[in-house]
Amino acid sequence: MTPQLAEKPKSVPFASAFDQRPHGGPRWLEDLRARGAARFAALGLPTVREEEWRFTNVAPIGASEFTLAEPVSGVADQLAGFAYSDAPVRLVVVNGRYDSTLSRTRGLPQGVRVGSLAQAMTDHADVVQRYFGQLADFTHRSFAALNTAFVQDGAYVYLPDNVILDTPIHVVFVTGAEAARVMAHPRTLVVASAGSQCRIVESYIGAEGQTYFTNGVSEVFVAENAIVDHYKVQQESLDAFHVASLHAHTARSATFSSHSFALGGKLVRNDALAILDGEGGECTLNGLYLADRERLIDNHTAIDHAKPHCPSHEVYKGILGGTARAVFNGKIIVRQDAQKTDAKQTNRALLLTDGATINTKPQLEIFADDVKCTHGAAIGQLDDDAIFYLRARGLTYADARDMMIHAFAAEILDRVKIEPLRQALEAELFEQLARDLAEVDGART
Amino acid sequence: MLEIKNLQVTAEDKEILRGIDLSVNKGEVHAIMGPNGSGKSTLARALSGHPEYQVTGGQVLFEGRDLLDMDPDERAREGVFMAFQYPVEIAGVNNAYFLKAALNAKRKHQGLPELDAMEFMSLVNDKAKLLEIDKSMLSRAVNEGFSGGEKKRNEIFQMALLEPTLAILDETDSGLDIDALKLVANGVNAMRSPERAFIVVTHYQRLLNYIVPDFVHVLSGGRIVKSGGKELALELEQKGYGWIEAA
Ligand SMILES: Nc1ncnc2c1ncn2[C@@H]1O[C@H](COP(=O)(O)OP(=O)(O)OP(=O)(O)O)[C@@H](O)[C@H]1O
Ligand SMILES: [Mg+2]
Repeated sequence: MTPQLAEKPKSVPFASAFDQRPHGGPRWLEDLRARGAARFAALGLPTVREEEWRFTNVAPIGASEFTLAEPVSGVADQLAGFAYSDAPVRLVVVNGRYDSTLSRTRGLPQGVRVGSLAQAMTDHADVVQRYFGQLADFTHRSFAALNTAFVQDGAYVYLPDNVILDTPIHVVFVTGAEAARVMAHPRTLVVASAGSQCRIVESYIGAEGQTYFTNGVSEVFVAENAIVDHYKVQQESLDAFHVASLHAHTARSATFSSHSFALGGKLVRNDALAILDGEGGECTLNGLYLADRERLIDNHTAIDHAKPHCPSHEVYKGILGGTARAVFNGKIIVRQDAQKTDAKQTNRALLLTDGATINTKPQLEIFADDVKCTHGAAIGQLDDDAIFYLRARGLTYADARDMMIHAFAAEILDRVKIEPLRQALEAELFEQLARDLAEVDGART
Repeated sequence: MLEIKNLQVTAEDKEILRGIDLSVNKGEVHAIMGPNGSGKSTLARALSGHPEYQVTGGQVLFEGRDLLDMDPDERAREGVFMAFQYPVEIAGVNNAYFLKAALNAKRKHQGLPELDAMEFMSLVNDKAKLLEIDKSMLSRAVNEGFSGGEKKRNEIFQMALLEPTLAILDETDSGLDIDALKLVANGVNAMRSPERAFIVVTHYQRLLNYIVPDFVHVLSGGRIVKSGGKELALELEQKGYGWIEAA
């Protein structure tokens, strides 16, 4: 979809923040920021007239005049109460800036680099410069352009050839400020060299009640025969705006899997984009999202099969209550070259209330002839017959319903290979559901 | 144990049961037969509290208490069990997990300690043997992908675990081959006791060769039009329902 330049707003949002844009770092970075800023000035924020944003109106983000935050101290207590907060290795990024005092990076194998992205831009310049920004194209993506205009810091993970990391790397993005409406534009760069393996968890958190805007961009490069298992756990404040894109690139026989858990946020847009760019690569994009009240969660995914013999698997599931809205758009591209592609996509949503809605669309662009592509969507309420069956065996209505919702979520939760994270997510999910359902039950009686 | 008085039931504003009177005592087996659409399943579902069926008149007492006043799950915990004519497939809900939750819900209601995983599994093993329930059925989702026969056996298996005081079997024999029918009948017979009663809905007298009823009732047009002993089933098998409806 080409942007219609003629229709762009005259005034660029975040004008005052633009005056505080970060400077410094290597020359290429300065150039990149300048290009990002110029592109954002041309694009502005997307509007619902654009196909990619038809159901998600981001005008409230532009209207909020978010400012750039100073990194804040005193977020340490926030770092306790969220999923997997006891991870042994963690990188903490506060309002877009890496915080070494809150981070724990010891005990990793030789040659592995984890820590501040800003630091890596000077310390590990050759690698960073080779990969940074290569996937997160901002020509047509205004939030990526905005992020690029403000690029400064974030998390960096580098694995040399054949290193197998047993310990997951947990990256925690904390955003927000007590007295101000702030925004952050964190970046993540993961480079997994040939034959390496790792698990990365990105958590996005903020203090409950705070209104802020996180605009993240993550890039993950999976080299030949490497395996990256990626988890995104979005637990922002329920008043926060969260826009983020995850870009992954797989080389020959590389495996990338992503598991996205969207639990928080008032207005949320996730883009997950994978390019299968080497023969025999494999990609999984899974997601589970939960929205209640008037919240909006928009998931856009794209899997680009550029080379032959790549399977891809995608399952997105949503649980919606209140008058929450969800959007799911799953694009699968199969390039002319990509024979023997096997792409599967499933999208399901459970609507717990009559007021909840979802707009869903598969989007297949297939240019090869010898391929298998399947997609299916199922949207519905809990099955009354099943609920009655469970009740007829003695389970209360609430227990029967919980069991059904558990079953619905389990398909995604069970694929979390980090057991403490899986347990924490399950607990978090059901704690939040209990809150949503209390509202539903209130409405029932 | 069960006193049904002038029970009238509608579904979607359609009158289905038009005044059922039935009295079931402890230890008895009552067979209910009758043509398609006569209201047999409706009676079973109304007794188990299915929300699609509205009771518009009459009364049902279960062990002296107003059954119709209870939620479906409370009825189950109080000891009423219905084997579904069409058991529901529930994707993603593990059969063993569900059964343990159901059993413990009932035990809790009775003031008994809940069973832990070990105790539950040993109980399950005993009952599964009797009904030749394959272990793999337990680790699958409830009824999902089960054959017709497996579903019916699973219903009886659940009954064996939950040990109801009143069991209502809705066409549990339909579609079963003779071996499966015998298994189901054995399962039921093993549970017959002076403290327990059964209502067995069936179209076929064959089942009643194995589960010998004390009474046979014929339901037609939403009413019990004839009651008798086990000979009545044989008579129905030979003559059909026409002679009763005409009478
Ligand atoms: N939920 C419902 N809504 C509307 N009509 C119903 C409903 N359930 C049953 N009926 C109607 O009530 C009548 C009795 O149905 P029921 O299922 O009780 O019969 P049955 O005796 O069990 O028949 P069968 O021997 O075929 O199982 C039928 O005409 C049926 O269509
Ligand atoms: Mg029936």
